[in-house]
Amino acid sequence: MTKSKKMIYTAILGVLILALLIFLEANKTQYGMAYTILQKGIILSVVAVSMNLVTGFTGLFSLGQAGFMAIGAYVTAIFLIPVENIKDVYYISGIAPGILSFKNWLEAGPAFTQMLLPYIALIIGGVVAALFAALIGYPVLRLKSDYLAIATLGFSEIVRAIISSPQMDTITNGSYGLKKIPGFVSIVETFGIMVVCVLLMVLLLRSTYGRAFRAIREDEVAAEAMGINLAKHKQMSFIIGSFFSAVSGGMLAMFMRSIDSRTFSVSLTYDILLIVVIGGIGSVTGSVIAALLVTASKEWWLRFFDNPLAIGGVQIPFFRTGFRMVIFSIILLVVVLFYQKGIMGKNEFSWERLEKRFKKLISPKKGGAKNV
Amino acid sequence: MTLATFFQHVLTGISLGGAYALIAIGYTMVYGILRLINFAHGDIFMMAGYFMIFSMVTFPWQIAIPLVCLLTVVLGVVIERVAYKPIRTAPRMSIMISAIGVSYLIQNLATYLFTALPRAYPEIPFLKKIFQIGSISSSLVTFITPVLTILLVIGLILLINHTKVGMAMRAVSKDFETAQLMGIRINNTISTTFIIGSLLAAIGSILYFTDRSSVTPFSGTLPGLKCFIAAVLGGIGSIPGAVVGGFAIGICETFLVAMGYSTYSDAFTFVLLIIILLFRPTGLFGEKMIDKV
Repeated sequence: MTKSKKMIYTAILGVLILALLIFLEANKTQYGMAYTILQKGIILSVVAVSMNLVTGFTGLFSLGQAGFMAIGAYVTAIFLIPVENIKDVYYISGIAPGILSFKNWLEAGPAFTQMLLPYIALIIGGVVAALFAALIGYPVLRLKSDYLAIATLGFSEIVRAIISSPQMDTITNGSYGLKKIPGFVSIVETFGIMVVCVLLMVLLLRSTYGRAFRAIREDEVAAEAMGINLAKHKQMSFIIGSFFSAVSGGMLAMFMRSIDSRTFSVSLTYDILLIVVIGGIGSVTGSVIAALLVTASKEWWLRFFDNPLAIGGVQIPFFRTGFRMVIFSIILLVVVLFYQKGIMGKNEFSWERLEKRFKKLISPKKGGAKNV
Repeated sequence: MTLATFFQHVLTGISLGGAYALIAIGYTMVYGILRLINFAHGDIFMMAGYFMIFSMVTFPWQIAIPLVCLLTVVLGVVIERVAYKPIRTAPRMSIMISAIGVSYLIQNLATYLFTALPRAYPEIPFLKKIFQIGSISSSLVTFITPVLTILLVIGLILLINHTKVGMAMRAVSKDFETAQLMGIRINNTISTTFIIGSLLAAIGSILYFTDRSSVTPFSGTLPGLKCFIAAVLGGIGSIPGAVVGGFAIGICETFLVAMGYSTYSDAFTFVLLIIILLFRPTGLFGEKMIDKV
């Protein structure tokens, strides 16, 4: 397949997606379910790719995503809640005077800063999370991967405990959470942020740094022997991954409009792990596809597992609240045990592969086996 | 803090620590043999709580306690056979994800079967009896826990150092393949490890929940993580280490709660983990590991 042909296909795909999004935006009320799910899937795909960057490409098993997302979400929310709503949100113990005067100063700024504020907030949330990542990454990344898993899991629980503690009431509103967060202008905006984030991560993975990450994943000792600075590259991957997790957390806050510390429990990390494993550990496109698929099936297509079901007047006994999550955990186990590659394995989406598949489908005898 | 309340807190701390120590042993033994953090261990502990609730409905405690131990052991061995054995040679990360998958499954299954609402833990009358020494008063379970823990640990150490099964376990933890070549049945040895770990988790669960009075599907997560940290503190792979770590974390936690920092008592454990990893990654009693290329 020639390069220009691929470009044309990609452009067509892009236009189609954009058209679909604009169509959904115009008919928001009619397709409310599809709209919400697509938006959530887009947001989760950012954090899934960031987890894949750390876990799948660098081989560091980090379970701190929920914690970094919480940091991003709270920073974004504090930035974005309009000053006139502050009293309603912090109705228990009031807001810290420093933050209030800062917000007043922001509100008084020129109009274009108001427009850019969501983006600035997302980036600052990411930077704050990256600072925390640097802080805990320094001691923990020098050790074996299993300690990293526990330490990051612990970190995300600490973040949650601190956010909901009464001492933080004037900043995070303690266990009451934050609400009245302004949302996205349209789903196209959400999609745009996601494309920028994923593209940045793909560019990183294609650079020499990305190659170094993969070398570390395959064999640390060999990578070190080739002159790769292990500590530096691990630290870098961990910090960048946390940055994008936090951006995704900020987006989640804008999507949900109200957040509290329970949103970012360990099970959120497990949900993201499920997406990464199903999509394929080490595949960016796999993570994006799986994020959309898993979100759609979880919130929409497989909802019926949670509702009582009767076929021909006979009540099926298993269908009640919670059954859906049991099914999902079984899927995770089955994928890990029998189908370790997930949807994409370590491959990325490419038009050639799609063409091959398509040809195989039309004439099963000719294609395939020979080329392999 | 008067002397009497001080001793009261020490006693509560030791009791909590005893339960932690029993769970930490499960982590340390599995890690010693399989090099795997058994994320599901905390959930096995939680399930033991539910087993107790349901068996106490029909049986008196004399039958219920052995039954709970048996069910928990079966659960532990089944988990090992189904989720860990098929991918024993797979990359480390797959095994860890599988362990997380099991933990996720047990939690969701428990939510599905028993709902997320807390269930009252049955009272075993003689454990709840109030006991008094001088000015300190507490239920009998608080006094029994540390004693029982120490006895069980002594028994376990004797088992590991002086029996054939114990020798096999030591051999497998030193070198998997060589042990196999020497004619040790690896699968049986690993199952034995899980049997012992789950049994101790079941006993730990009875002692832990009797003082707490309710069980939810998520009440195993945090104790599980804390006990793993206790095992790291003591030096992973070392049984006396796990016991010391369990007691240390139990006592520290009780005192933090008593001083009014209950929100930070969980955070403290993880800060402790990071401090250990920084200054003494092998823990208090751990052996130094050398990575060979």
